[in-house]
Amino acid sequence: MDEDEELVARLRAGDEQAFVALVSRHHAAMVRVAGSFVSSPAIAEEVVQDTWLGVLRGIDGFAGRSSFRTWLLRILVNRARSTGVREHRSIAVGDAGPVVDRSRFDASGAWMSPPQHWVEDSDDRLLAEGLADQLQVALGELPARQREVVVLRDVDGLSGREVCDVLEISEANQRVLLHRGRSHLRQALESELGSL
Amino acid sequence: MFWQRKELVCLQMVELITDYLEGTLSRSQRRRFEAHLAACENCTEYLRQMRATIRLTGSLRAEDMEPAMRDELTELYRRWRAEEDEGGATAEE
Repeated sequence: MDEDEELVARLRAGDEQAFVALVSRHHAAMVRVAGSFVSSPAIAEEVVQDTWLGVLRGIDGFAGRSSFRTWLLRILVNRARSTGVREHRSIAVGDAGPVVDRSRFDASGAWMSPPQHWVEDSDDRLLAEGLADQLQVALGELPARQREVVVLRDVDGLSGREVCDVLEISEANQRVLLHRGRSHLRQALESELGSL
Repeated sequence: MFWQRKELVCLQMVELITDYLEGTLSRSQRRRFEAHLAACENCTEYLRQMRATIRLTGSLRAEDMEPAMRDELTELYRRWRAEEDEGGATAEE
């Protein structure tokens, strides 16, 4: 039994501490995910609270076919989506076109303006210069569907399969959104750190 | 069709990179991808940067929950319990 399963069993038995522990384990990730669907942190917090209430009401019906985390995030995504629709936030499909500007390649398709080097000192600068904030901003500027996938995969560490279950999208779709999202973030890092 | 062409160009590499990292390229695509990498410093650097991007994004895990939020959710739990107990009592009557 993993830690979530054990906590779920205790929650079913009416253990308040088990609920608090589940909240501690998942709350931050939920706020991040909710934040990619709705327009303000306050609304995201509301969606998350509403989700926890849904968890309490539905926990006896949770059959354990998926992991608790997948089940929890599905409830969250459904609520966040309907809230997002209520506030008329557009559900962007994502952008189109190449992920690296065509002008950086020559006519044969080879790099003309190759990637500028930045990997070496990115860790130091992550700490020293608030690179994390800039990356956070770049993440916030991604089209919503890309952001949802990147947050679930790369920030929260879900597998591709789990992301498909949570967002109810196909694996191919998941990969395209992940690809575009990650590529945009790489470009943002290059713009920030390159050529110095 | 460009898939029939023997060698991949950099322009294609940057579009295939996620499929490569996800392990979803066919065996022959993967071979061509790796053959290009072996010969191209720029695409090798690009791959390093994509891996670094993934790693840096993973370091964004947010700060822990604020204590106020924890209290609020504990309160939510208690209210829910109270409602449940009330509902249960009514049902038994």
